[in-house]
Amino acid sequence: MAGKVKWVTDIEKSVLINNFEKRGWVQVTENEDWNFYWMSVQTIRNVFSVEAGYRLSDDQIVNHFPNHYELTRKDLMVKNIKRYRKELEKEGSPLAEKDENGKYLYLGLCVFHRLMFSVNIPRRPVQPWIMILSHRFKKCVPKDSKTSSFVSQSNKEAYVISLYINNPLLIGGRKFDLRLYVLVSTYRPLRCYMYKLGFCRFCTVKYTPSTSELDNMFVHLTNVAIQKHGEDYNHIHGGKWTVSNLRLYLESTRGKEVTSKLFDEIHWIIVQSLKAVAVNASPSLTSSTANDRILKYNLINDTLNIAVPNGEIPDCKWNKSPPKEVLGNYEILYDEELAQGDGADRELRSRQGQSLGPRAGRSRDSGRAVLTTWK
Amino acid sequence: MLQEESDLSLIIAQIVQKLKGSNLYSQLERQAWASLQRPEIKLESLKEDIKEFFKISGWEKKLQNAVYSELSVFPLPSHPAAPPEHLKEPLVYMRKAQGSWEKRILKSLNSMCTELSIPLARKRPVGEQKELLNKWNEMGTDEPDLSLFRPVYAPKDFLEVLINLRNPNYENGDSLSFRTHLGLIQVPLKVKDIPELKECFVELGLNIGQLGIDDSTQVPPELFENEHVRIGQKVLAQQDSAAAQQYIRQGSPTALRAELWALILNISSQPEDVLYYEQLKTNVIQHDLLVDSLIYKDVKLTASNDDYYFVFEDYLYQVLLCFSRDTSVLSHFAFNSASPPKSYIRGKLGLEEYAVFYPPNGVIPFHGFSMYVAPLCFLYHEPSKLYQIFREMYVRFFFRLHSISSHPSGIVSLCLLFETLLQTYLPQLFYHLREIGAQPLRISFKWMVRAFSGYLATDQLLLLWDRILGYNSLEILAVLAAAVFAFRAVNLMEVTSLAAAEAVLADLSTLKVMPLLQIFLFATVT
Repeated sequence: MAGKVKWVTDIEKSVLINNFEKRGWVQVTENEDWNFYWMSVQTIRNVFSVEAGYRLSDDQIVNHFPNHYELTRKDLMVKNIKRYRKELEKEGSPLAEKDENGKYLYLGLCVFHRLMFSVNIPRRPVQPWIMILSHRFKKCVPKDSKTSSFVSQSNKEAYVISLYINNPLLIGGRKFDLRLYVLVSTYRPLRCYMYKLGFCRFCTVKYTPSTSELDNMFVHLTNVAIQKHGEDYNHIHGGKWTVSNLRLYLESTRGKEVTSKLFDEIHWIIVQSLKAVAVNASPSLTSSTANDRILKYNLINDTLNIAVPNGEIPDCKWNKSPPKEVLGNYEILYDEELAQGDGADRELRSRQGQSLGPRAGRSRDSGRAVLTTWK
Repeated sequence: MLQEESDLSLIIAQIVQKLKGSNLYSQLERQAWASLQRPEIKLESLKEDIKEFFKISGWEKKLQNAVYSELSVFPLPSHPAAPPEHLKEPLVYMRKAQGSWEKRILKSLNSMCTELSIPLARKRPVGEQKELLNKWNEMGTDEPDLSLFRPVYAPKDFLEVLINLRNPNYENGDSLSFRTHLGLIQVPLKVKDIPELKECFVELGLNIGQLGIDDSTQVPPELFENEHVRIGQKVLAQQDSAAAQQYIRQGSPTALRAELWALILNISSQPEDVLYYEQLKTNVIQHDLLVDSLIYKDVKLTASNDDYYFVFEDYLYQVLLCFSRDTSVLSHFAFNSASPPKSYIRGKLGLEEYAVFYPPNGVIPFHGFSMYVAPLCFLYHEPSKLYQIFREMYVRFFFRLHSISSHPSGIVSLCLLFETLLQTYLPQLFYHLREIGAQPLRISFKWMVRAFSGYLATDQLLLLWDRILGYNSLEILAVLAAAVFAFRAVNLMEVTSLAAAEAVLADLSTLKVMPLLQIFLFATVT
């Protein structure tokens, strides 16, 4: 019974709609029978809230997992990491190893010392922290040790306080962050894909750790939404580099081993975070430049190819491992089924730095989990 | 036989002469003196012992590299009675053409100067000097008013000059024959055909491993890549320039490239070099030159808007502003058909004692010049090293791309090579494009003048420049240009205007350079 996939969305973005239309899918409204609903965050929340009592049927797919809501907040992320650690400890996993002082070797959280803010400690290097308001993703300007108090709140908002890295890697004297796209097609078993065409976003102003510049948003915060208003923001390229450019630069200037290790560790963090279930729910689908639009269009295209294989009506009973040809610009980041099939003792050896099997960063046609040299 | 011998001794004499004034010479001398202390150096066999010592300690290798460097950079001396102009350019008509082109450029520069009432050079007031010193690492944030400046010339202006080049001694008659060259360049220089190119670029052959092809994700690294990397590390350990140059013909692994290029160009960052760079920096701080504004403008127009190179904007100023003031660059004019423009101290026009070269390095930048530096920023982030590498690349290769000469790597020969390849091996395409008013050279010229910088993806560009260094020749630029046309031939056959042809060839950023070259040279039916 070959019906056309029926889609709904409440986000009016061309990169989405063009992709649906080019597959010949049929647009319907949310009250009708739909197969694929690309929901905004608010809608997802409503759909999966306890009161709604909404249940997806077997031939329906949405673009977020039900528990994503608890994942997107950084305070809940802390809770999740702690819970994840406990689970691993129970299983006897080496990832939950602690050192002789009882600190977690791989999954430790920074210990926030009030002491660091004491004005009485002379000549202590300024260790800035960044305070993250857990709900709205608004990052506050990091407070330095000179001011002895934080913003005092009368309500009981949860804050997450992070160590602020004072000596970030700079390229051309500028700070940058990484925007990577990861697709999770199933959580159990965990199957996730990394989009090969992630990018770096550069600050427009040169980085300086001097205290006077701590207040300069343009130096520290790389979010394009903020950078766009800086005077030097260039609209032709938007201050972005592809991740492969970054890789080329790092390999050329710092060598291959260091670069491979870097990317390995980035991938590790991503997979562990997914496992602890902490991820930003809605990447921006607004395109700032023409190149950006093309990237996001292709991204959604590859995403749909994996999530809704063959463009057929979804069926939850499917085995969801897609063939290699369908991946497009995605690479398998982690496939739990395949990984587990290889034996559990690989995990211990790999984490200790011996890389086994296929090298990180290359895809081979066996479809094995190749971005990771560990489990 | 005798002639060869005397040629050889002439070469040797010249190289010895050149090296005697170099830093390496004084270092060797010092080392020789110091070695006298060593027990193995005996008075009876002094010469041999010191030679042996040099061999073991690696100094002989350094000397070897320096000699090799001299051999590759300088053209072989011609007849001892030949005047120095012949070293610059043997053909008179080419020299004349270059001379008049230079006059035009200088006139344009001077008139801009007069119009804007800006002096060619002025000393900065102390306040301004301090300010510039503070901003040295972020000159990109400066927004001087550059609207009145225009680049002195753009590649297309230069192309017009080349199109009008004629050899007065050559008469090819009015009748068209199959020999008639249908392209824009109408001078009879000898260029290679594909069989000759295959011989020349033999390491790019189909059955030889290449980086850029045989390191792709589908190929297991055990087949080629791993071994190639191992050999590269060995070459670096040996510090042998000639071996490095041979090795890099098959491409350089990204992690080794910076060192390999430095080895081939014989650049080692000595304290003296860093000091020299600092001295140039001081010159920049103290004096402002009109060409500085041209450099600013060029960077803002080109590199700042480039997807890959915008990050390095500030490095570009740091390199190019210093480059303009580097008088050591003047020595390359001995074998460059161009000559440095001369300017006179105010009021002393025509008096040779008051003549200065302007800019101090004799090189007037044109639109796109900064793109020669930009790719190097991916390899070197220490300013003085970056500077040295760029300077050496310029005096070995890049200057040939904007001066009129008969040299096989000169831009005239490259244009002719490109057109001849196209006409001979893709005649239908060539004829079609010509018919619709889209002479292929009009599109490919800008690629070649810039050595493809800004047109290819960075990793591909670096693979291309690997081969420029490896073969010590720019001919590969012309071959690549022809290969690009061959690759897009099907689409090009369907266009009906120059604009449409330009559109087909507008975006080269997805091209993979090595497969294109390999197919064109080794897999095209000739």
